[in-house]
Amino acid sequence: MNFLSKRRRHAAARPLLLLVALLMVGVGYSVVSPQQTSADTEMSQQVEEGKALFNVTCSSCHGLNGEGTTQGPSLIGVGTASVNFQVATGRMPAARPEAQIPARTPLYSDAQVDALAAYISTWGAGVDVPKESQYSPEGLSAEEIARGGALFRANCSACHGIIGNGGALPDGKYAPSLVETPNIHIWQAMRTGPQQMPVFSKDVITDDDAREVIGYLNKAHAQPTFGGLGMGENGPVSEGFWVFIFGIGGLAVIATWIAKKGARAR
Amino acid sequence: MMAKPTIITETSPALEAEEAPTDPKSMPGAGALGWADDRLGLAKLGRANLRKVFPDHWSFLLGEIALYSFIILLLTGVFLTIWYKPSMAELEYAGSYQLMKGIPMSEALSSTLHISFDVRGGLLVRQIHHWAALLFVAAAFVHMLRVFFTGAFRKPREVNWLIGVGLLSMSLIAGFAGYSLPDDLLSGTGLRFVDGLIRSIPIIGTWAEFFVFGGEFPGDIVIPRLYMVHILLVPGLLLGLISAHLALVVYHKHTQYPGPGRTENNVVGYPLFPVYMAKAGGFFFIVFGVLVLMGGLFQINPVWLYGPYDPSKITAGSQPDWYMGFVEGAIRIIPNWESHILGTTWSWNVFVPGLGMMGLLFGLLAAWPFVEAWLTGDKREHHVLDRPRNAPTRTALGVAGIVAFSLFMIGGGNDIIATRFHLSLTAITLFLRAAIFVLPVVAFLITRRVCIGLQRADRERLLHGSESGVISRAPDGGYSEPHLPISRDEQFLLTQHLQHAPLEISPRADESGIRIKQEVKPMRARLSRWFLRHDVVKPTAVELEEAASHGAVEGRELEAEEIRALEESSNR
Repeated sequence: MNFLSKRRRHAAARPLLLLVALLMVGVGYSVVSPQQTSADTEMSQQVEEGKALFNVTCSSCHGLNGEGTTQGPSLIGVGTASVNFQVATGRMPAARPEAQIPARTPLYSDAQVDALAAYISTWGAGVDVPKESQYSPEGLSAEEIARGGALFRANCSACHGIIGNGGALPDGKYAPSLVETPNIHIWQAMRTGPQQMPVFSKDVITDDDAREVIGYLNKAHAQPTFGGLGMGENGPVSEGFWVFIFGIGGLAVIATWIAKKGARAR
Repeated sequence: MMAKPTIITETSPALEAEEAPTDPKSMPGAGALGWADDRLGLAKLGRANLRKVFPDHWSFLLGEIALYSFIILLLTGVFLTIWYKPSMAELEYAGSYQLMKGIPMSEALSSTLHISFDVRGGLLVRQIHHWAALLFVAAAFVHMLRVFFTGAFRKPREVNWLIGVGLLSMSLIAGFAGYSLPDDLLSGTGLRFVDGLIRSIPIIGTWAEFFVFGGEFPGDIVIPRLYMVHILLVPGLLLGLISAHLALVVYHKHTQYPGPGRTENNVVGYPLFPVYMAKAGGFFFIVFGVLVLMGGLFQINPVWLYGPYDPSKITAGSQPDWYMGFVEGAIRIIPNWESHILGTTWSWNVFVPGLGMMGLLFGLLAAWPFVEAWLTGDKREHHVLDRPRNAPTRTALGVAGIVAFSLFMIGGGNDIIATRFHLSLTAITLFLRAAIFVLPVVAFLITRRVCIGLQRADRERLLHGSESGVISRAPDGGYSEPHLPISRDEQFLLTQHLQHAPLEISPRADESGIRIKQEVKPMRARLSRWFLRHDVVKPTAVELEEAASHGAVEGRELEAEEIRALEESSNR
């Protein structure tokens, strides 16, 4: 103690004290302040990249801050699942305003989609991109998959058709076919309700229900067309069409042949 | 031959029983046929009918397609009844179709799935049955169109036409009842549609619904009731009506297309035995074969995809079978008109297109033979068919009807058309609302025009012969095409038809000024004129003679040798 008190008026004491104080503040700050890791730099880089993409291809309709315009809805709080669905299926960026934006070849790579999602979710969180365990129908029993079919018929087939072949809606809108849709996008569509589709939240369709529905669709689309060729699979409309083409048409041709075959040639 | 009656004399010489004498000459032949003839009298029946002559034409076989489909329906239907259970009792599906495993459903659907997946050949027979049903109704419609366009419904066949209309309506009911039996989501939706039709009947709708369904829709008795309708009531009526239909064909004798040697008093063709026995028998097996191919190769009504019916569910892309498509379409395109009068609901939007459309179709069909006879005043018998061009207004009306029916059918499949052709559902509906009034009229005008054009071409051919294809240049430089005279046979074909004069307004009073019943009122005369006035007057015999006497009218006459050469080349 003597050593310090004796030298408290030493010329170097003040600069030294200042140094110690600065060191303590610095070290203390480095302890309490958020860790500046390399991942974080990557994240901010991703957000930057997403922002650049957004400003170029999204902002003209959705607004520079995602606040929405007359051309496009607000994107605040839509969540990464929604962004992933819209962009990874090629629906966004839209080519033109129309009754319903169709799915197309995606414009952006997966990394770019993630970047956009990261940027858009900086305005507010929403439904996140699901983990595979949330949507994968792995390990479901036959009964559970059949139950998924019942859920699909109760909730989805009114618009999407009986096993998701698609259906028409008023004014040029439609419920798209689900035959080619990847499982993750079916899950995302249920949760985020894109375009005409209502949202099926966790309270309505639990994750297990969602897996069952997806499992049913996978199985239903993979099953063979029992009974022969599907002939367009348009239900009674195509059946009626073919009965006239093959049935009446074919038999009329044969009838002509029979009528021409006289007992004596005419 | 039967035994001869005993000769009765006043003084019977002997009362002892005597064996009837057997005359070896009267024995019709040995073997099974002889045995049967002795007991059933087949030879006599056969002699009258086996040699009955029928004319040959492919369009006469359209009705046969319907008949054979019906027989195939009976055969395959019997197979299906062995496993089908008409019960709405609920059970959990435990058959081999995994995607329905454990799903609660009616016994009807469960047994249908059982037939489809667990009965050997069950799916094949189910599919043949369904294709045969579609073909039955389709063939009946097409057969009816043939009869309509050729005027085969005219006297004396009006009653048979009415029987045919009855058959057609019965076939729709049979088809619909069968479509409903699997009790899957699609057929249940169809049943709900009919439930709506019944309810839309003003005042008594709700009562009628409760009567049919035994209470609130769907209840638990409608499937057994439909089963009874499908396998007993309607097939029974169909069988009876078909028998009457065919018996009248035999009684009236078959109509024939016009041609040389064919008159109102004969039938030119081949005898039933052996020619038509072979042709018709062979055609039955061809129809059966085509249906087995369709049932084996083309999927129809995959009930396993639709799952059990539940009134709270409906699927996009629900359609009735094709023959109910016109009613479905009419309901889909009508605006939503409904009125409430004194606490009762009047659903014009369902009642008018639904029951109205069926009433209109069958009403118009049933009335037509009598309407046409009234318009033409024709009371003759007709056994020679019309060429459609020679009845332009009738043909045009038929085509307009086909167009209207087709437009309604398009309306019935509007969602399928919208999704498959990337069109707007609303745009299709709006288009059809206008088109249903415009396009049949357009079709009517075009068809009548075409018929008149064909009549003119016939007249041209009669008076000027057929074009030879030879262009000759006259010394003065003019070009002309000589015409060949047509054969007498063709002349007959083109001139054999009757042309009716439009009815004239008949006098209101006789010569002495006493009012009498006016036979032809002005309205009838006006309609008759509308129906008949477009006929191109066919050349008279005198005109034909004149045309023939100076050979090919226009251009130079061809030398006999040239004619022979041309005829040979055209025959080749």
